[in-house]
Amino acid sequence: MREKLRRFRASLDFPLVTRSRLTALLAAFVIIPGLFLPLWKLEFTSQQYPEGLELYIYSNKLYGGDDGNDLTEINVLNHYIGMAELREEDFTEFKWIPLVVSIMVVLTLRAAAIGTLKTLLDILVSTVYLGGFSLWRFWYMLHSYGHNLDPRAAVKVDPFTPPLFGSKMVGQFSVTSYPASGMYFFILFGILVLLAMYFTYKTAERMMPAKPA
Amino acid sequence: MKAHHYRNVFVLMLLISSVLLVNGCGDKESKRGRGTGTSEQASAALATYVAPGDLDEYYLFYSGGHSGSIFVAGVPSMRHICTIPVFTPYPGTGYGFDEESKKMLGGFKWGDAHHPALSETDGEYDGRWLFINDNANGRVARVDLRDFKTKQILKIPNLSGNHGATFVTENTEYVTSATRMSVPFPSGTYADVTEYAEKYKGILVGIKVDPKDGTMSVGWEIVVPPFDYDLGDAGKGPSKDWMFWTCYNSEREFIEGGKLEVTASQKDKDFIVMVNWKEAEKAAASGKAKTVSGVKVLDPADFPGLAYYIPLAKSPHGVDVTPDGRWIIGAGKLSPTTTVFDFEKIQKAIESKDFTETIDGIPVINYASVREAEIPVGLGPLHTQFDGKGYAYTSLFIESAVAKWKLPPYEEGADMNQVIVEKIPVAYNIGHLCTAEGDSKSPDGNYLIALNKLSKGRHLSVGPSIPESAQLIDISGDNMKLLYDAFTEPEPHYAQMIKADKIKTIEVYKRDDPLSPKNPDAVWSKEETKIVRNGNKVEVWMIVVRSFIAPDVIRVNKGDHVTIHITNIEQTRDELHGFAINDYNINIVVDPGETKTTSFVADKAGVYAYYCTNFCSALHQEMQGYLLVK
Repeated sequence: MREKLRRFRASLDFPLVTRSRLTALLAAFVIIPGLFLPLWKLEFTSQQYPEGLELYIYSNKLYGGDDGNDLTEINVLNHYIGMAELREEDFTEFKWIPLVVSIMVVLTLRAAAIGTLKTLLDILVSTVYLGGFSLWRFWYMLHSYGHNLDPRAAVKVDPFTPPLFGSKMVGQFSVTSYPASGMYFFILFGILVLLAMYFTYKTAERMMPAKPA
Repeated sequence: MKAHHYRNVFVLMLLISSVLLVNGCGDKESKRGRGTGTSEQASAALATYVAPGDLDEYYLFYSGGHSGSIFVAGVPSMRHICTIPVFTPYPGTGYGFDEESKKMLGGFKWGDAHHPALSETDGEYDGRWLFINDNANGRVARVDLRDFKTKQILKIPNLSGNHGATFVTENTEYVTSATRMSVPFPSGTYADVTEYAEKYKGILVGIKVDPKDGTMSVGWEIVVPPFDYDLGDAGKGPSKDWMFWTCYNSEREFIEGGKLEVTASQKDKDFIVMVNWKEAEKAAASGKAKTVSGVKVLDPADFPGLAYYIPLAKSPHGVDVTPDGRWIIGAGKLSPTTTVFDFEKIQKAIESKDFTETIDGIPVINYASVREAEIPVGLGPLHTQFDGKGYAYTSLFIESAVAKWKLPPYEEGADMNQVIVEKIPVAYNIGHLCTAEGDSKSPDGNYLIALNKLSKGRHLSVGPSIPESAQLIDISGDNMKLLYDAFTEPEPHYAQMIKADKIKTIEVYKRDDPLSPKNPDAVWSKEETKIVRNGNKVEVWMIVVRSFIAPDVIRVNKGDHVTIHITNIEQTRDELHGFAINDYNINIVVDPGETKTTSFVADKAGVYAYYCTNFCSALHQEMQGYLLVK
């Protein structure tokens, strides 16, 4: 174990091999559709909404199904329980996520050009951190919308948190939440970065002396 | 031997009477509820059953007659889905209460909606518009099938008793109209009925339809002798440039106390009148056309080739053009025949001027030269529809049946009795009939609706105002099969049946829909609502949304002229809201995304609540406000 770690550390300054550069280049492009596709989807269905209401979360906006009207409809329904209106301007992440993702693209391109294994490791760690932070932010927003209900609302309900993954009954609605197409591009990005690291690490390991003298 | 025989007869009679007794007693009981069906009933039930949540195959638009509306049903279930108000106010949708529809109704409280016609492209229903005539007040209306709303009502000058309407040409270039009850020309002129033959006139009208938005305008009017122009049809294929109408009272008289039913039934033959609408269009554009009451008026004597009469068995009702456009079928109401005319022969007769006389400048074509056959369909033939498989279906009013018969060509010297394939009795006294896509070039040949005038005893009794009956008949097989009895408000005269997928509706007026005209008085948020006073005029811009009305207080002084623009800012289907002011006779219904305006004088002092009439949400009851009149 200690030996493996040593080898890994020793390989960190190894310049990327061609295969890794190409994979990193691919990764940099793969992330771009993720900026334009929905990252998360919430679906609300009930007896009188058989076609469901859909809410998509993009890196830069909220978008309702039915040409945007589902968002209006969700807000109309939520006003009865005193939930704050879902408004794009209240989500600061829509301002910084696209910027951060763009920086990731530039860094990945830089890695593809002049990077070492360490550069890729930095990108991977940042990606995981960014992903984790975003998920937490998302959960926090769901939680705070569901817990900051107007006490003067016409319909009183107990505070609740809509689901982050999977389904949950909220009032008469079954709410289902899961990652949407854009998120898979981010996951693919992570896999490609990991793969690029693997290629270089394998080469570095081969070229390393078996044991230090 | 003899005694034995008598005993047998006695036993037999006893049996018969007991069967009658049992049947007599059981009759009422067995009619109610489902009872035990035969396999024939079971298959009819299956053929019309549309499971909950499933959709019908066809839209059926029946005219509402003097109800002034159009009823919409699904086929084969025959379920009534909605009513489209046209010539009559309809509180259910607020029609005739807001300023726009009030203006469209032009002060009339009713109309006599007779013959709906779907718009066509290349002779096929295109699902864009539905036209319908007002037999009473000389009007034609257009319903947009995008939102099932009446969009235009056109008042036609000089027209009295608009019965020969509405029938559309192959590409909806024109919609027909025609006088049924001739009056002195131009309308508004006084002349005694003793001057009927000379001073009274009928008109045949071509209503031009804008191919883009359907807007109707009077293209031309042809002044014709004072016969009663009855039903019509537009040609197709080879006959596409022509319009046809039947007429009765070619006796050309109205004798005071003489009973028109008698005086108009004296001659052996009346006529079909046919008009070349392309010629009429040219004539209207020419210098010889006169302008009367603001429309182009044509005298047939000035324009040879414009109109012709064809003699037809007396007092005819329907004239119908076959899907291929070659055969013109006239039904002689008082003659037990339908007459088939060959359009090719009609053209030859016109070319060779094979005429027998001329009436007021209109040549009468030699009957013998153009008649293909007289079909002995039965008593009281009124109207004919088609199945696209070479058969015609004629309604028989007096016989109370539908006759199915084969269309030409026939073999030389064929027995016309053999042309009749089958008859099916209907309950009772059928007027018009309607087949699926029956007026198009390619009828579907599966369903036929018999629109009956009487329905006595076929439904739970509702007292003397007995509803009308519509019967669904399966015509897909060799034999016609009665499937279903439906009942309607008074009184369908004709119907149109169109494949459901041809109609593309919207269910919300989307705020940014380029096809929905922007209402300058629409407001879209609570912040934009306002009350503006200008002298004694108070104008309110209001929104309605789940579950509040804004503003919820309007203060005015007695005698103020109040105008309220109400926008339903919902963009969700089926979220309609109403707006009613108690004791002020105000009833507005606004669909999602719609804006309507109501105007009234606040002539009663006091406090009047207003509220949402159209149930919208869990807090619908709370959706109210106050009009304070000081």
